[in-house]
Amino acid sequence: MKINKKIGNVASIIHASIIFIFLYLPIIVVVAFSFNKSKINIVFTGFTFEWYGKILKNTRLIDALENTVIVAIVSTLLAVIIGTLAAVGMNKYRFKGKKVVDALLYIPVVIPEIIFGIALLALFSTAKLKLGLGSLIVAHTTFCIPFVVFTVRARLVGIDPHIEEAAMDLGAKRIRTFFEVLLPSIMPGVVSGALLSMTISMDDVIISFFTTGPQSTTLPIQIYSMVKSGISPDVNALSTIILIVTIVVVILSQSRMLRNIKKK
Amino acid sequence: MESMVEIRKVNKYYDDNHVVKDLDLTVGKGEFLTLLGPSGCGKTTTLRMIAGFENPCSGNIFVESANVDNKEPYERSVNTVFQSYALFPHKNIYDNIGFGLKMKKESKSEIKERVTEMLKMVQLEGFEKRMPNQLSGGQKQRVAIARALINRPKVLLLDEPLGALDLKLRKQMQIELKRLQRKLGITFIYVTHDQEEALTMSDRIAVMEHGVIEQLGTPSEIYEKPVSKFVADFIGESNVIHGTVTEILSDNLKLKTGKEEILAINNGHKPGENVFVSIRPEKIRFSNKPVDSFSLTAIVKEHVYMGSMNKCIVMIPSGRELKINRFSGEELPAVDSKIYLSWAPEDAVVMVTKPNDVNDQAEDIHLGVTT
Amino acid sequence: MKGRLNKKVPLYTTIFPVTFWLILLVAIPLIYVLVLSFLTRLPNGRVDFVFTMANYKKLINPDYFHIYGISLFVSAVTTAICIVLSYPFAWFIAQGSERKKTLMMLLVIIPFWTNSLIRLYGWKTILGNEGVLNKVLLTLHLINEPIQMLYSLPAVILGMVYTLLPFMILPIYASVEKLDKTLLEAANDLGAKSIQSFLQISLPLTSPGIFAGSIMVFIPTLGYFFVSDLLGGGNTMMVGNLIKNQFYTAQNWPLGAALSIVLIIMTLLLVRIYTLMGGKLDDLGVAK
Repeated sequence: MKINKKIGNVASIIHASIIFIFLYLPIIVVVAFSFNKSKINIVFTGFTFEWYGKILKNTRLIDALENTVIVAIVSTLLAVIIGTLAAVGMNKYRFKGKKVVDALLYIPVVIPEIIFGIALLALFSTAKLKLGLGSLIVAHTTFCIPFVVFTVRARLVGIDPHIEEAAMDLGAKRIRTFFEVLLPSIMPGVVSGALLSMTISMDDVIISFFTTGPQSTTLPIQIYSMVKSGISPDVNALSTIILIVTIVVVILSQSRMLRNIKKK
Repeated sequence: MESMVEIRKVNKYYDDNHVVKDLDLTVGKGEFLTLLGPSGCGKTTTLRMIAGFENPCSGNIFVESANVDNKEPYERSVNTVFQSYALFPHKNIYDNIGFGLKMKKESKSEIKERVTEMLKMVQLEGFEKRMPNQLSGGQKQRVAIARALINRPKVLLLDEPLGALDLKLRKQMQIELKRLQRKLGITFIYVTHDQEEALTMSDRIAVMEHGVIEQLGTPSEIYEKPVSKFVADFIGESNVIHGTVTEILSDNLKLKTGKEEILAINNGHKPGENVFVSIRPEKIRFSNKPVDSFSLTAIVKEHVYMGSMNKCIVMIPSGRELKINRFSGEELPAVDSKIYLSWAPEDAVVMVTKPNDVNDQAEDIHLGVTT
Repeated sequence: MKGRLNKKVPLYTTIFPVTFWLILLVAIPLIYVLVLSFLTRLPNGRVDFVFTMANYKKLINPDYFHIYGISLFVSAVTTAICIVLSYPFAWFIAQGSERKKTLMMLLVIIPFWTNSLIRLYGWKTILGNEGVLNKVLLTLHLINEPIQMLYSLPAVILGMVYTLLPFMILPIYASVEKLDKTLLEAANDLGAKSIQSFLQISLPLTSPGIFAGSIMVFIPTLGYFFVSDLLGGGNTMMVGNLIKNQFYTAQNWPLGAALSIVLIIMTLLLVRIYTLMGGKLDDLGVAK
């Protein structure tokens, strides 16, 4: 029995290691080739920082990065405002049509993104809306709203429903109550909703593919068009930078959590 | 008595659920009034309507003779202590207590002075910088009270404030709260389902059931002279016997329960009437021979030891079990022995039967361990 | 009654923006797709507002059946592989200390916070005829000439598994985490062997995570056209590619809309089965 258990332990460690290798192998390749002297991503011919310098000269790449960041920030802001209000209202009130709003929130999450993409494309083109940064922002905001609502709502469940009443009881008006008491208590939910929105927006291929215009290419779309023919190493370099930035942000945002766990 | 809060013909519905029915209640200045009842009786809803968190569907509420129906909670000079304490989790103790004054835009120095005063009052000096989740239940409780009192409300509303504390701490806080109320002279309206707590602390108790006040009176009135079977059952321990009035003696009534005869105090019932008779367990006497006009016999089933009190369960011929309480050291009849029961007629309160009471006749006996 | 009107204001300010936004940008576009699927395509690619069933009739075609069949097959295999990979992995993580758990889950999430196309491109670099894997195998003399790995069904499935694996790990992990471990002790105490307590206790209680993960893997797989594009080349056509082509290359929007409606119906059926089996919609939102 005991030996069986040991074998089981070893097997599960091997299994977990294989999964981590599986998850990280392509990333390691990308990072490695960002330092490769050769222009073709096939043979490693020598070490260089050259491609990192070339990023700034690749205007299409820089423009795409800029668009990506603008779209991510603006749509996250919009989604956070609309989504947080919605989560608060839906948590607190019963109203006619609540089930409809709830269903509409689940649709963008559940249906394949491609359907959502073509639906928005059809709407935008019929409404004669020019495809560009505006249409991208509208589209991204729409699929980010549910995630903000879900994360904030999850947070609201753990909040004592009486704290708002307590604040009003002590003389705070409604708006004051919201900003002084409710918002700070649900802030962790709002922040993680925002981070989630940012990452989904920055990584979105499918919906952006249908709602972007020629002047508003985002990084994923730019990469998508390059990836078929072969990527120049400066894209690897840019990806490496983005990867490092992401990891730093993740570590910063999670470090408090990790520290709290350590205390326990 | 000068009135502080008046509730006039207030009704509250949640959809089809009529939770408060035509409620009338006047609470005096400086009074400690308790709304007592089982969960769902409408006591918390009543409290929340006074605070302004809920609006009555009809009727009016007055605080110091001024109608507050259209006032928001933040416009009312009443404050609330919540059962869950509702401390702001992201603010430290100092900021929690000072919140009301900050809303009133008091100066920083004024806030500091009064928060310090409050912390002293609830014996939490030195806890200013702590966060709510670093406090014990009893400490949170004190913070909640301090936070509600710092605004110097005319009325303090307390919604089961001790419900989450353990027994020992609860007993201690009961005494502290009562002292605090006497010292400050503020009107307290206190909601609880714990009858013992209500008896200990209140000037008056309103016993509520199904959205109406069953009985309003001082603790001793409620305990000694319950007006209904519900009140008798709910407050303290009670033995309720179903009977029929057979004869009216000058001060007393003669009743029949099953084939046995008993006496109770005469409070205007007529022969032939079906009534309930309530006798507190400590008032029941027992003997080997029949006493006066009593012919009620019982078989002793078991003894229950409860520390300062001992309890004896006996069964009367109808099959119903009665409780007899004695202080420890006092004698109890031996198990399996047959005894005769009796009591002073004035200790037996007679109540009219209500239609829905009849079903309760076969109900199980409660050992009356109040928690 | 100023006070009572006032109490409606917070309701409207919180609910109105989201309702307005979702109706305008979720409900109306989807209804429009439904309408579009019944409209006529003009030869110049424009859409004429004339009702027709022609688009749906066109769907009854072995070629389309084949594509839907392949798509369902890829989705099913992807889901199955994801379950097999994730389930023991989730148990392994859940057994660690709090700190270890958080760290490991972070390690799972980090790659999926980097651009998915770049990561797929990484696979392309690895699997190509002149890619890393073939180079290694050749150098070790395990093979004599490069194996064609890219542009095949297995490559597409690998890409799908890779892209969607976290969506399976997260819900399964959440359900394993939530499982009250004293239940297993109770089962052992009552005489259950490990296998029995696994089949009787662990599996039933963690199956909601498997179901939620399956929905979150199966449905997106149907529509991830860029994975089949990149790793399948032109060889693997899936529903997603088909719809994309109708809206781009073929410029036949009504047909694309009809194809989408079929996909929506498949999705709704899957979600319905999921909820009938006791799944909660809320669990589908957690991982993303």
